Amino acid sequence: MEPLAATGLYRRRRWINTMVLALSMLMTLFGLFWLVWLLWTLMGQGLRYLDLSVFFQATPPPGSSGGLGNAIFGSLALTFVGVLIGAPAGVLAGTYLSEFARDSKIAVVIRFLNDILLSAPSIIIGVFVYEMVVLRMGHFSGWAGALALALIALPIVVRTTEDMLRLIPNAIREEAAALGAPQWKVTVAVVFRAARSGILTGVLLAVARISGETAPLLFTALNNQFWSHSLNEPIANLPVVIFQFAMSPYDDWQHLAWAGAVLITLTILLINILVRLLLKTPPSRS
Amino acid sequence: MSFSENAAFLSPALAGANPQGGNRPATPRPSVSKQTSAGSQAVKLSVHNLDFYYDQTQVLHAVSLDIPANQVTAFIGPSGCGKSTLLRCFNRIYELYPKQRAAGEILLDGRNILASGEDLNMLRARVGMVFQKPTPFPMSIYDNIAFGVRLYERLTRSEMDIRVELALRKAALWDEVKDKLNRVGTEISGGQQQRLCIARAIAIKPEVLLLDEPASALDPISTQKIEELINELKQEYTIVIVTHNMQQAARVSDFTGFLYLGKLVEHDATPQIFTKPAKQQTQDYITGRFG
Amino acid sequence: MAKTLENSMKIRLHRGLAMDRLFFHTTRIFAWAVLAVIAAIMVSLFAGAAPALKKFGWGFLTSSAWNPVTEDFGALVAIYGTLITSAIAMLIGVPISFGIALFITELCPHALKRPVGIAIELLAAIPSIIYGMWGLFVFAPLLGDYIQPWISDHMGSLPLVGALFSGPPLGIGILTAGIILAIMVIPFMSAVMRDMFEIVPAVLKESAYGIGATTWEVIRHVVLPYTRIGVAGGIMLGLGRALGETMAVTFVIGNANRIHASLFAPGNTISSTLANEFTEAVGRMYTSSLIALGLVLFLITFIVLAMAKIMLWRLSGQRGIHV
Repeated sequence: MEPLAATGLYRRRRWINTMVLALSMLMTLFGLFWLVWLLWTLMGQGLRYLDLSVFFQATPPPGSSGGLGNAIFGSLALTFVGVLIGAPAGVLAGTYLSEFARDSKIAVVIRFLNDILLSAPSIIIGVFVYEMVVLRMGHFSGWAGALALALIALPIVVRTTEDMLRLIPNAIREEAAALGAPQWKVTVAVVFRAARSGILTGVLLAVARISGETAPLLFTALNNQFWSHSLNEPIANLPVVIFQFAMSPYDDWQHLAWAGAVLITLTILLINILVRLLLKTPPSRS
Repeated sequence: MSFSENAAFLSPALAGANPQGGNRPATPRPSVSKQTSAGSQAVKLSVHNLDFYYDQTQVLHAVSLDIPANQVTAFIGPSGCGKSTLLRCFNRIYELYPKQRAAGEILLDGRNILASGEDLNMLRARVGMVFQKPTPFPMSIYDNIAFGVRLYERLTRSEMDIRVELALRKAALWDEVKDKLNRVGTEISGGQQQRLCIARAIAIKPEVLLLDEPASALDPISTQKIEELINELKQEYTIVIVTHNMQQAARVSDFTGFLYLGKLVEHDATPQIFTKPAKQQTQDYITGRFG
Repeated sequence: MAKTLENSMKIRLHRGLAMDRLFFHTTRIFAWAVLAVIAAIMVSLFAGAAPALKKFGWGFLTSSAWNPVTEDFGALVAIYGTLITSAIAMLIGVPISFGIALFITELCPHALKRPVGIAIELLAAIPSIIYGMWGLFVFAPLLGDYIQPWISDHMGSLPLVGALFSGPPLGIGILTAGIILAIMVIPFMSAVMRDMFEIVPAVLKESAYGIGATTWEVIRHVVLPYTRIGVAGGIMLGLGRALGETMAVTFVIGNANRIHASLFAPGNTISSTLANEFTEAVGRMYTSSLIALGLVLFLITFIVLAMAKIMLWRLSGQRGIHV
């Protein structure tokens, strides 16, 4: 056989390979650079304004000091209710697509539309909920905000649930069915179980996504300078407060905005790191 | 099963002379006339004191043997004995996995391929591999074969057509797929896919062919076709095959190596191994005393 | 004895079947809910936008006017901003996402794979408003003080390209928004690509390496075709996210209702317009025009995604990949 190393073709192939791999390393460093820079400056700007009063005092009027307590509480409430509505609905819908209707025409349509909803601009969801709920109720409210968040969480959970369930090989379903288990039991007790870390990842990713969402809350939950007592009124929430305070010319407000930004970021990062540490096996492997 | 019964069972495979080129027999027979010693023919691959580690676990211990050129050498042994691991050393495909490493020497035509400076792409151009599971690439049948050829040669369309046809003919697949060359590789049956993988491997004109349980995922008819193919191919290539099917080893190979727990227990001409093994362990395995 | 066994088995069987039906219908309702939501969004957007559409007609899309006082509105400025910022984001983001996915799966030392992967994914976890704040207070000033002047010094006088980089280096503007969008969508796309690369069966990759292909060749000829669908899907989702991204863009785009050739200029996207003006919109026509903008954005996103899906279906037929 001819000595291959001498051929120009071979040399060229090797060169291209080396170049591409070197480039990929540079790009990774590039990506990491942004992360480090962003977190560095964020922490640098915001940590110094983060103290206990932030948690316990309500948002102040312009020019005076205060905290973010009501906004924090509001965000927690909205996220919680949003996930409560959106996640179970998403899991069930994803289950239908994977277990019952996998190759049917209707499933094709639903998947298609679900993916569109998933990428739909969240501000449009806000406009939609404004028209359907806020206008009807006559006022902004926490319920509207939570509903908007639920609509953002829903398609994420539908898609990841279906994807995860589909990765479970049919052999598992057949084995369970061969034992005489009815289909619902095959799905719930066996397939869900096998896919549980994947489905959980989907839900947690949805949580992490909606806890930072601002746009859909802009005209649904709006904002509230004081502590809210029910979801039936405008409720303070961190993202909208940060938006308002950051764009303002007041120093106190800007400081609080940074503190709030650090708070949101730390919380979300912690959720994400926790998720990855807990789910030691990546969800697509079974 | 007594030893003599065993021999009788295997005797159809052991009787008869090896047909040289030309006519193909109904069942392939190993070359009995060359069973005297490995020294009477050229050595293609020579293994010296090979150790292999998965992370901290040692799975091959001081394996040494010679693989003769243009012959079929089979590795047999119970599951986990290291036969596939040994095979995968010949094309260093284990290098893809950082936790696996080999120590020792493997000489291909006298040159140590385990040396650190060795070019792996070049090695794999000379030592081809077919895997247990048929793995057609996500492209047309034609492109599956052309892909490999294009890595090494610049051919015109008509030259490539000829190469593809040649490879498919050698793999005994041409007649079945000649009208479907543009169909995707996954659209043919399992047995055909495996022959496609063989065609793909031989299209780049390797010197050695490594077959890792090539027929274990296939139905009996496809298996037979592949075994017939192996007998043909050995005229051009040196073949090393791993199989858990002893009868297959007996049918198809000229030399057999028996591995157990990472050690090469015995290595000799196939008829010798299956009728008069030197080691008790070999005899026990062959007679089915352990699996 | 046999009889009692039989009875309890029968009861289990019945309960099982009833539960099966219940399960089936419940899951089906929620699946259909997805359909219902999309339909409802379309309908309500059309309803809300109707007054504006009736008044302006198709001219709405081509008019660059935006005057709340005279109640003359047009979508062109916002549409332009949306498309340009997203285009910049994709141009920068797609190759980088691919490079990152390639590095992590093929080149990265084993011990570093998880930390690097997690680090990149954390970029995706950071909410848009954080990017916005950071963009406005940290990135934009830097861009305006150093990078933009450098670019206009070196490229400002070139014939066609120069116009793209003309005007005062404000720091905020379309280019800034595009770059920040790119950073926001990179982690998402590269995570999808990475998952796709790792789903390729090891045997298939080994087969390709086995005939002597280099890493790049294996990726290009075997991995990418095999995962084409997932990769394209990831890119499309990235694009969709870029098109609709609101808060990060709102902070740095400059909120100017003009179209300018230069990428340094401030502008507006549909989502930033909505974010800035929706709650303050007075008057039926103003609100309706804003909703009409929302409708346009929704339709653009819809069309982009629909095209992507159709593209993928056609490809998957030729490539023998099961989806």
